[in-house]
Amino acid sequence: MVQAVLQPGGDGATALYIVAFSLFIIGIKRGTHPTTAKQGNLVAAVGMALAVVTTLLLDGIGNWGLIALGLGVGTAVGVIASVRVQMTEMPQMVALYNGVGGGAVALISWAEIRHGISEIDHGTIASIPLDTLIPILFAAVVGSVSFWGSNIAFAKLQDLIPTKPLAVPGQQAINVVLLIGIVAACVSIAVGNDDPSQLTFIAILIAAGLLGNLVVLPIGGADMPVVISLLNAFTGLSAAAAGFALDNVALIVAGTLVGSSGTILTMEMATAMNRSVANVLFAGFGGAPTGGASGSGEERPHVAIGAQDAAIKLAYADTVVIVPGYGLAVAQAQHAIKEVGDELEKRGVTVNYAIHPVAGRMPGHMNVLLAEADVPYENLKEMEEINPEMARTDVAVVVGANDVTNPAAKTDPDSPIAGMPIIEVNEAQQVIVIKRSLSPGFAGIDNDLFYEPNTSMLFADAKQAAADIAAEIQNL
Amino acid sequence: MSLMTEITILVLAAFVGFEVISKVPTTLHTPLMSQTNAIHGIVMLGGLIVVGYANDPLEYVIGTIAIAFGAINIVGGFMVTDRMLGMFSKKPKPKADADAKGGT
Repeated sequence: MVQAVLQPGGDGATALYIVAFSLFIIGIKRGTHPTTAKQGNLVAAVGMALAVVTTLLLDGIGNWGLIALGLGVGTAVGVIASVRVQMTEMPQMVALYNGVGGGAVALISWAEIRHGISEIDHGTIASIPLDTLIPILFAAVVGSVSFWGSNIAFAKLQDLIPTKPLAVPGQQAINVVLLIGIVAACVSIAVGNDDPSQLTFIAILIAAGLLGNLVVLPIGGADMPVVISLLNAFTGLSAAAAGFALDNVALIVAGTLVGSSGTILTMEMATAMNRSVANVLFAGFGGAPTGGASGSGEERPHVAIGAQDAAIKLAYADTVVIVPGYGLAVAQAQHAIKEVGDELEKRGVTVNYAIHPVAGRMPGHMNVLLAEADVPYENLKEMEEINPEMARTDVAVVVGANDVTNPAAKTDPDSPIAGMPIIEVNEAQQVIVIKRSLSPGFAGIDNDLFYEPNTSMLFADAKQAAADIAAEIQNL
Repeated sequence: MSLMTEITILVLAAFVGFEVISKVPTTLHTPLMSQTNAIHGIVMLGGLIVVGYANDPLEYVIGTIAIAFGAINIVGGFMVTDRMLGMFSKKPKPKADADAKGGT
């Protein structure tokens, strides 16, 4: 057995932690390009291994059996989950990881409270120095909110509970009261000194958990990219706070990096929907659209076509842009769509993929699915990049996307999605929309695109339709 | 470490984080998230310290669960990121490949 040589909080341990967080930064920096990102991930993993080994070598660390148990169980779960998860399920996986991360922080903060009390004779929570206590309380609240909020997000993404916004009357008021109660309880245990038990602290954990549930429950599926990013940012902040409580630089820096990443993604997602983060969190989309039959009211004229017609339109085009949305993920159609793209490229058609920032259920979700289907990343175009090309595009194919292509966002100032940046497929010479029905998207509004004269609707499951089109192109 | 030193570190890390992460392209945002999940697993150090110095049954339980949660983040996060990034880096020149085969 290696003799423990590092003192807790000593220079040796801190130096190794500094090396570890430097490796995290280098790793993320390498993640700025697809060709170096894999190597960067490895660099960050080496940093993590160094940080863990450093901690295990601290003088006086014991209870090896329990440490091995925790490490063993966690590693086994992590390995199985990461090997088995399908790429379409990545949003759930990240939600779950956000959850366990927040949960770990909440648990550690509880242990730190107990530790702080036991260090002092007749200690109470109030006898813990404020510069330790405040970060602990912050970590506990944010960790607990992230844990429960992420579990709800996971359950929604996994279809365990309805993805529709679940609005409870007086929801906002309840949330505000809970938040005020949590802050008041935190202040009271910081200044009050007659409570040697941790009941108030546990109540804070529970109230924060309830708040996490209530904030995420009313949020619908299409807003998940914002929610997952925000919870990601929260877990980062909670880790940084735990770093303050434990006087650990590695936690402070790593937590802040995660917090920055989550914050950047949250802002990008909200911008892509032309909504503020507060609006996503506190207002169901368009004030909870009245859920009636989609086709109720007048039936507007539209053109429906079959796979063969679609194949002909595509095969004789020069440029084709494919616009994937969440429906592609649901139908697991990424490989079938790639096949269509391949068939077209064999015929000399230029095929690009236009990806809206909030297509899918998390940032970059479509890109991963298409990468899984071997679409070269050079062919994945961002919205800003592809929109100027749209007018020169012969055929735009919309697969399982809806609101992100709705021209009403630009033309109708009264639309619930007014001002949201869209992929301007209506500018293309022809549009093919592959969709199961004319039903509206998440925003609950009709898509004007479906009724444009140059739009053809192909009513089918995305995967089946793509397979049929690919076969028809081959037969031409 | 003094509180002010820690705040200094936090602020500088935030600037570094924003600077570096804002350069990550949209294409890689999902792997970025799973990688930051893994990096967040650094909180496992807190669990190790809790269990490593604990002598109270409740802390054993709390700390061991925290270690397991952290390990899920670290192992699962890095592995799934590696899996995804493998999809981005494999077959870098599929077009050249197809041309060479004469477009079969």
